[in-house]
Amino acid sequence: MVFLPTEWRFRSPRILAHYEAMDDFRYVLNDPDRLDFRVNRAAMVDALVLEREMRRIFDVCWIYVGHASEVREPGDFVTRTICGRPVILCRDSEARLRVFLNVCRHRGAVVCRERSGNAKGYQCFYHGWSYDRDGCLDGVPGASSYPASFDRREFGLASPPRVADYRGFVFLSFDPDARPLGDYLAGAKEYLDLVVDQSPTGEMEIIRGTQEYAIRANWKLLVENSFDDYHLMSTHKTWLDYMKKSGVQIPRPPKGHVMPAHGVGRALGNGHAVIDNENFRGRPVAKWIPLYGEDAKPEIERIRSELEARLGPERAGRVADTNRNLVVFPNLVVNDGSSVTIRTFHPTAPDRMEVTAWALGPRGESAKARAIRLDSFLTFYGPGGFATPDDVEALESVQKGLASHREVPWSVMTRGIDKEGEQLNTDELHLREFWIHWDRCMRAEAP
Amino acid sequence: MTAALTRQAVEDFLYHEAALLDGWKLDEWLGLLTGDCVYRVPSNDAPEGDPKSTLYLIADDHARISGRVARLKDPHAHVEFPHSRTRRMISNVRIVDRKGDELKAEANFAVYRFRREERVSTFVGRYRYTLRVVEGVVKIASREAILDAEELGSLGAVSFIL
Repeated sequence: MVFLPTEWRFRSPRILAHYEAMDDFRYVLNDPDRLDFRVNRAAMVDALVLEREMRRIFDVCWIYVGHASEVREPGDFVTRTICGRPVILCRDSEARLRVFLNVCRHRGAVVCRERSGNAKGYQCFYHGWSYDRDGCLDGVPGASSYPASFDRREFGLASPPRVADYRGFVFLSFDPDARPLGDYLAGAKEYLDLVVDQSPTGEMEIIRGTQEYAIRANWKLLVENSFDDYHLMSTHKTWLDYMKKSGVQIPRPPKGHVMPAHGVGRALGNGHAVIDNENFRGRPVAKWIPLYGEDAKPEIERIRSELEARLGPERAGRVADTNRNLVVFPNLVVNDGSSVTIRTFHPTAPDRMEVTAWALGPRGESAKARAIRLDSFLTFYGPGGFATPDDVEALESVQKGLASHREVPWSVMTRGIDKEGEQLNTDELHLREFWIHWDRCMRAEAP
Repeated sequence: MTAALTRQAVEDFLYHEAALLDGWKLDEWLGLLTGDCVYRVPSNDAPEGDPKSTLYLIADDHARISGRVARLKDPHAHVEFPHSRTRRMISNVRIVDRKGDELKAEANFAVYRFRREERVSTFVGRYRYTLRVVEGVVKIASREAILDAEELGSLGAVSFIL
C-alpha cells in the first residue's frame, strides 16, 4: 500500500529531503550503557515512516493470513486484505492449503468478492475470465481472438512468493528470499505449541463470528498495548472491579509488583516477544473461576485431567497455569488466557489501523467448554468487552497526544532495563525487543 | 395475556426505553429488565447464531448487564468518560409473535453517537425483543441489536448500551 504517490517525493524538494533524512534519523534511541531507551514519536505520525514500513517490514516479514481450520474441504475459501492486497485463502482440488492474490490476470479486477464459501472456481465478472480451484485459467470468453502465442498456462492466479503454515497458522511473505517460516518464528514456536497442545485432537479451530474494527491510532501502539501489563491496573480498573465482584480473588500485588500475580516478559527473537503470567483470571483450559459458574466446575476439572493424562502433569501445568500474550512480529497477537484470541491488524494510515480478531478453540471440545470459552472471551475482549474498548480509547488518546511530537519527541521505555536476569511482565524488555527489531528492519537496505 | 399490548403500546414502551438510554438513566433502564434478561449484539459477519457456539460482540446475562451498567457509571470506564451523547431513532415496529405472557417485537434503529472533536458515528440495524408481562407490567426478557454494517469498522466499539 502506497500512502504517498512516489512522484510526490520527487516533485517536492522538501519531502525528498525529509525522506533522505530518515536514513540518518534515529527513531529508536537504545543506549544500554546509560540505561536509556526511547522511541521517537514521529515513528507513529509520519506518513513516510509508514511508507517505509510497508516496504521494509510488511513486504519482507512473514505475515499472518489465517488459520487452516477456516477452510477444510476442496474449494473452501475465505477472502481478506493482507498488507493492502486482496487475497484468497483456500483449499485447492486436492484440499491443499493455498493463498492466491485475488486479482484477475486479464485487467486486474478482484475475482472473488464473497467473504467465504465453497467455490468450483473463481470467475472475474468483468470480462468473464475464470480460474479453477487450483488457480489455473480455464475459461477465456472469445479465446480465438487471442494470437497463437497466447498461452493460458501463463495466466493462472498468482500466489504470494512464499506461503507456509506452522501447526495451522498460515503465513505469507512477499519476499521470495524470506527465510523458512520456522526459522523466522524462532522462540514464538514454543508459545504457539502451548496453544495447540490444549487440544485433545491436536487441532485448534477458528470459531464462527469475527470482530472487525478500526482504531484511529498507529499500528505499533496496538503491538505495545497487546502485551503491556503495566497499564492493566489503571486502564482496566472497571474490569478488575467486575472480576472481584464475581468472586475472583485478586490478591494485592506483592512487593515490587504492579500486578496481582507474578509474570515475566521474554524476548523470543526476530522481534517476537511474550508475557507469561501466573494465572489469576481463569482459563477455559483449565482453571476454574467463580465467574464461570458452579455448574462449569466439573467440566473444567475434566479438561484438566484430560490434559494431565495426555501431556503429563508438568507439561499440562505449563499449558494451563499461565496466561500468555504473544506478539509475532510485526502484527499477529495471540492472547492465550481467558480465552484464545487471534488478533491481527494492518495500518491504513499513520493514525489508523484495521483490526480483525477471532476466537480459537480446540477442535471437538464439548459444547459446554465452548460456551465457557466464548463467554470468558467477551468479559474482557472485543469491541463490546469490559476492557478492549478502554484499550482502544487509550491508543486513540495517545495518537491525539502525539500531535505534539515535535515539542515532546520521546517516549521512554526503560522499565526493567537495569535488571540482570528475569524481567517482569510490567517491565518493558518485550516492548524493547519489538522496537529494536523494528529499527533493524527499517534501517536495513531496502530489498 | 399480552392482548392489551398493541403495537402502539409496544412503541410507547420502546420510546420510553430509548429515552432512558439516551438520558444515561441506566439504573432506571435496568428496572425494565427481567431477572433472566439477555442482551446481545452479534458479530457483524454472523448475525444469526447462538453465543454458546458463535463469537458475539456482546452476549450478556443479567449479571453481566448489571456489571456493564456499574462499569458505565464509573468514570474509569474511559471509553465512555465523558459519556458520549447518543440519540436513537426507532421505527418500523412490528409485533411478530405472541405466546402466553410473552410477545416478540422487532424494530429498526439508527443510533447516533457524538463525542467531542469526533465525527458522528451512526449505528444502524434492527432490534429483536422479547417482552414479558410480569404482574401486569411490561418487562424486557431479551433484547438483541443486530447491526447492518458488514464490519464494525470505523464504529470502533459498542461501548454504550446499543
